[in-house]
Amino acid sequence: MRVVLLGPQRLQPMVAQTVGALNLHGPVATVTAGWQEYEDEDLPLQNHLGGNTINLRLHRRGEEVFRTDPELAAAYRARQERLRQYQGFYRVRLEYALEAAQAISRRQAARDVHEEEWQASIDAVRSLDQMHLARCRQVHADFEERWHPWDRDSIAKHRVELARQVGECTALVIAGGHVAVLLNRLKLFGIGEMVGARPVIAWSAGAMAISERVVLFHDRPPQGPGIAEVLDAGMALCPGVVPLPDPSLRLSLDDRERVSTYARRFAPAACLVMGHGARIVHDGAGWSDPSSIQKMGADGDLEALDASAIMQW
Amino acid sequence: MVTQPVTGQERLAIRRFEESGPLDRAAVDRFLQENRFPLAEGPSVTFVYRGEADAVNLKHWVYALPSLQPLVRIAGTDLWYLVIELPEGSRVEYKFDVVRGGASQLIEDSLNPLRSHDPYGSNSVAHSSGYRAPDWVAKDPNAREGRLEQLALRSVHLGRQTTSHVYIPARFRRTRRYPLLVVHDGSDFLRYSGMKVVLDNLIHRLEIPDLVVVFSDPANRLREYTHCEAHTRFLTEELVPHVNATFPLSDKPAERALMGSSLGAVAALSAAWRSPGYYGRLLLLSGSFAFTDIGRKHRFGPLFDPVVTFMNAFRGRPKVVAERLFVGCGIYEPLIYENRSLVPLLQSIGMDVRYVESRDGHNWENWRDRLREGLSWLFPGPLMLVYE
Repeated sequence: MRVVLLGPQRLQPMVAQTVGALNLHGPVATVTAGWQEYEDEDLPLQNHLGGNTINLRLHRRGEEVFRTDPELAAAYRARQERLRQYQGFYRVRLEYALEAAQAISRRQAARDVHEEEWQASIDAVRSLDQMHLARCRQVHADFEERWHPWDRDSIAKHRVELARQVGECTALVIAGGHVAVLLNRLKLFGIGEMVGARPVIAWSAGAMAISERVVLFHDRPPQGPGIAEVLDAGMALCPGVVPLPDPSLRLSLDDRERVSTYARRFAPAACLVMGHGARIVHDGAGWSDPSSIQKMGADGDLEALDASAIMQW
Repeated sequence: MVTQPVTGQERLAIRRFEESGPLDRAAVDRFLQENRFPLAEGPSVTFVYRGEADAVNLKHWVYALPSLQPLVRIAGTDLWYLVIELPEGSRVEYKFDVVRGGASQLIEDSLNPLRSHDPYGSNSVAHSSGYRAPDWVAKDPNAREGRLEQLALRSVHLGRQTTSHVYIPARFRRTRRYPLLVVHDGSDFLRYSGMKVVLDNLIHRLEIPDLVVVFSDPANRLREYTHCEAHTRFLTEELVPHVNATFPLSDKPAERALMGSSLGAVAALSAAWRSPGYYGRLLLLSGSFAFTDIGRKHRFGPLFDPVVTFMNAFRGRPKVVAERLFVGCGIYEPLIYENRSLVPLLQSIGMDVRYVESRDGHNWENWRDRLREGLSWLFPGPLMLVYE
């Protein structure tokens, strides 16, 4: 499967150009579920893509499922509440662990001792991330085992329709928006399993949702210190990267300590700084054709991206 | 206001003017045209008044500085001035006290267009270097506007008809459940802190979630906001249940907040104290948290006796009143000691407190300027979740 990750499309839309470059003939399936209730307000996207699009309307379908299947809706709500609670406790631990990492990074010590201690404090954060991710996976697994959502009529009928729609399309385009809503809808209907060998083009929250793990980030939120946090496992359609869209709004790229923390915390995955105009391609075997993308370096600098060096595991 | 960096060696504009040759009427005119006042130069702020008078004083509301400071007349002119040092990022409200023929009159600064307003009128406003009004307080044409609805509710506990305004966010949907914020002195927050525009902007920026806000007004705040049981029962047993029945609100305490400034902050704290587990969030600005360490004698006057009684009881046996609080206070206001003292007490019993001090006084624009960090602390918006 070919995957193309793009930066934000507000100012410099390049989805059509990307689809065109893939030399596809036929309709394109779109997912705008991240826009939530405004999912249907996709006329600009339709026009940009020349009108030959089928919006899968995953948000609306999800609402219909919850309306017609109250038992599943209640179980889903309970699952989400459980995930929210885990997220809250994970965030408390993270704040202290990152505070410790910050304090250690500013201590004076012999260079090798300092490096060792700094890496140890980052490793402590990494283990929190891993523990949280494992918890999320367990919550999802328990939900699947208990409720078998795809076997329920309320979802199965949508999956039949969706499989037909996706089958008629030559590519899948996933827009940004609310990443948790988007990810949940994509997983609820199993879109990853339907897409087959079709190319997937995704930007912003869409790019985050199809990566291996979704990392929420904002270095300057008004409510206090910005702490990046793992939200959940993503769809894992493209390996080895953490997409970080809209850096001018969200990242303090001149803060070397922060940049280094991102790079070390999520290594060996490459933290990709994806502003407007950014693009990178994964062809199923490796990454290529990076454009307007930088990678965060462990030393705190931004590096030109060598796509072939992105690790996959 | 013009702000210019000034090194220790550089001379202030007013000094250069004083030594600039014949100080005739035209020279004064030119000096006033070439500058905007008060003139902020590094840490110095020069206040200027022009006119005939026996004396001119600067009347300001910076606690710890003499509240009346005399301006000096430049010989041979009708120009008066005063230079004071204001730390970077300061915002000060002031008037001129102009004395003529033994009578004094408080007037606004005609050379300064900046005004702030409050229930008692308006003041001129001086900014030192480094203060800039936040960009989120001005109307953003891209932000969709919520709407305000009037709410009239008969209160048995208060024995009167109450009036409030309810803010409903632009993207309101009956199918969602919203957090609730109840604001004391609601109409004043709307009028003098521009809080509706602030809500529209912060929601648009995803810095706070869509929420329902009740702007509640007192009839007699000196009674209702001074640890008054009837007020708490009105909030908890009448107002919030009524709003809850009218709008789709979350039933979680973490999504139910009280907010107030000055005595309104006392009312919010008191109501949360009397309603344990009901309000999960408090936003307390420049609270009039009067207390005594020993005895009952205090400096606030008899109207504050119930407040002192409450605060002394709270300080003696503190208990968790909410899960998360934002406490803000201006360091130029007399209540800074009370607010600073409260914060470690709140933290010591496990409440999640964010405390912010500002170089400002006891006024509505100070409270306006704290709304972004305060509201987003209580109710973080979906900023971390939305990537367009």
